[in-house]
Amino acid sequence: MGKKQIFEATITANRPLSERYSMLTLQLPDTVGDIEVLPGQFVEIRVADSPSTYLRRPISICDYDSETRVMTLLIRRAGEGTDHLCNLPCGSKLDTVGPLGNGFSIPAPGSTALLAGGGIGVAPLMLLGKKMKDNGVTPRFLLGARTASEILLAEEFAAIGEVSVSTDDGSAGEKGYAADNSALDSRYDLVCTCGPKPMMVGIARKARRNGSPCEVSLENLMACGLGACLCCVEPTLKGNLRACVEGPVFNTEMLLWEL
Amino acid sequence: MANCQASPANGVNLAVEIAGLKMKNPMLTASGTFGFGEEFADFIDLEKLGGFIVKGTTLEPREGNPYPRMAETPSGMLNAVGLQNKGVDHFISDIYPRLKGLDTNVLVNVSGAKIEDYVAVAEKLAPLEGIPAIEVNISCPNVKQGGMAFGTTTDGAEAVTSAIRKAWPRTLIVKLSPNVTSIADIAKAVEGAGADSVSLINTLMGMAVDVERRRPCLSTVTGGLSGAAVRPVAVRMVWQASKAVKIPVIGLGGISSGRDAIEFMLAGARAVQIGTANFIDPQVTVKAIDWMEEWCRRHGVADINEIVGEI
Repeated sequence: MGKKQIFEATITANRPLSERYSMLTLQLPDTVGDIEVLPGQFVEIRVADSPSTYLRRPISICDYDSETRVMTLLIRRAGEGTDHLCNLPCGSKLDTVGPLGNGFSIPAPGSTALLAGGGIGVAPLMLLGKKMKDNGVTPRFLLGARTASEILLAEEFAAIGEVSVSTDDGSAGEKGYAADNSALDSRYDLVCTCGPKPMMVGIARKARRNGSPCEVSLENLMACGLGACLCCVEPTLKGNLRACVEGPVFNTEMLLWEL
Repeated sequence: MANCQASPANGVNLAVEIAGLKMKNPMLTASGTFGFGEEFADFIDLEKLGGFIVKGTTLEPREGNPYPRMAETPSGMLNAVGLQNKGVDHFISDIYPRLKGLDTNVLVNVSGAKIEDYVAVAEKLAPLEGIPAIEVNISCPNVKQGGMAFGTTTDGAEAVTSAIRKAWPRTLIVKLSPNVTSIADIAKAVEGAGADSVSLINTLMGMAVDVERRRPCLSTVTGGLSGAAVRPVAVRMVWQASKAVKIPVIGLGGISSGRDAIEFMLAGARAVQIGTANFIDPQVTVKAIDWMEEWCRRHGVADINEIVGEI
């Protein structure tokens, strides 16, 4: 795993995707050098000028171009800290620590893969889809949201692979939960999922039934993001493991979920 | 120019000593906030620290408390980690060999449920020459019998301290709980039982409720409050304890900068620990050391020991 760094990134674009979501584009400084970002890794962002936001906010890396050092992040307005981040103008500096955690597996060329994201959980699937495609795997995407206007980055995902959609209200794609989407009726060499835990449990269940290996990205509450505080632990076959170091990505075979 | 050479501006002494524990500066990191040091090695040179205190270590491995273990609060956080650690034998076999060569002080925080457990951990650590001091945790609020039971009565604090004193040959620091009526009485009891130093404060017992879910934020309902929010309480207790005992006091509780560290030293601390602030800025310790040196220069202080307990 690469070295963790602390750096000041500059916001070069802030694109609202809906009322609740924004996509921030960050220019990383040259001083970070040639870093490798694994799909599924995250950064910890300090929210300045927000007195009630004491700790950094862990944000999944949506995309990273190692040549230009441009990183994109999807942010959901989940509270005062992320609200503040969504409102930042271009040119703002972000005190950032990363890249942190592990990443999803990239299957062998020619494999089949389903990448399923719910709400903000689609974020890591962008870099993951690109890396898979670079490795000769054409992934299929499953995007879940409450309603059509909250399906995030559908066009960008469609440029990488086939996209299936589920919405709670049926305003786009299949009506119902992502875990009930017909895309999950097939077997895949790997299913990767990130989103609300009930969705991930549902998808992991389907994957197991079809004999598909499944990796999930956990969003456990975190304080340090560096492996020191032991707040974000997840019970596993090897005991309580840190979502920020041994995760956030875990194979479901490791977890104690009832599938 | 010769005068300049002799002036404090070019020769501030930051070195301090805690009963035989020699430190190049007063800066330690607080147990449970700095892992085994290695978690921060990408961000700072660990050898710039006066020392660091590794995660609370118990006789047997502990899985800690169920998730959720953390809740953010105004200028602070609650935790209920519950002393998750792999036990003293794992520390000795897997961690110690990697840390023992560092040119800084590696201290071990020792916790237990029974006095015999504390003693057994101290006995196992005693042969490790690379560990110059232990910090005994009699103040963890997150574990039943996790120490706080010993730390909230003078009799309990005295009993555990005197038992460990017999087993530990080098510097013995006892970490005190703020969840007491008289910190001075506890500090005196620990001093009388043979402690070389006291460190304070551990976390303040607190609680937070998720009003939408109508449930406690922590799996354990209550937890330990740390961060900037506790700092004035900690400064007050360091001041009271340092007036009550002759042994050196190590101050901690919400320290987030060099300014805060100086505040604790003026109030009576010989050394300080930074804890929760490491989560927010992994370089805060070395920045604080630099700031303290600069402060000494601005104030014409040649030796930082001069300011200890000035208030």
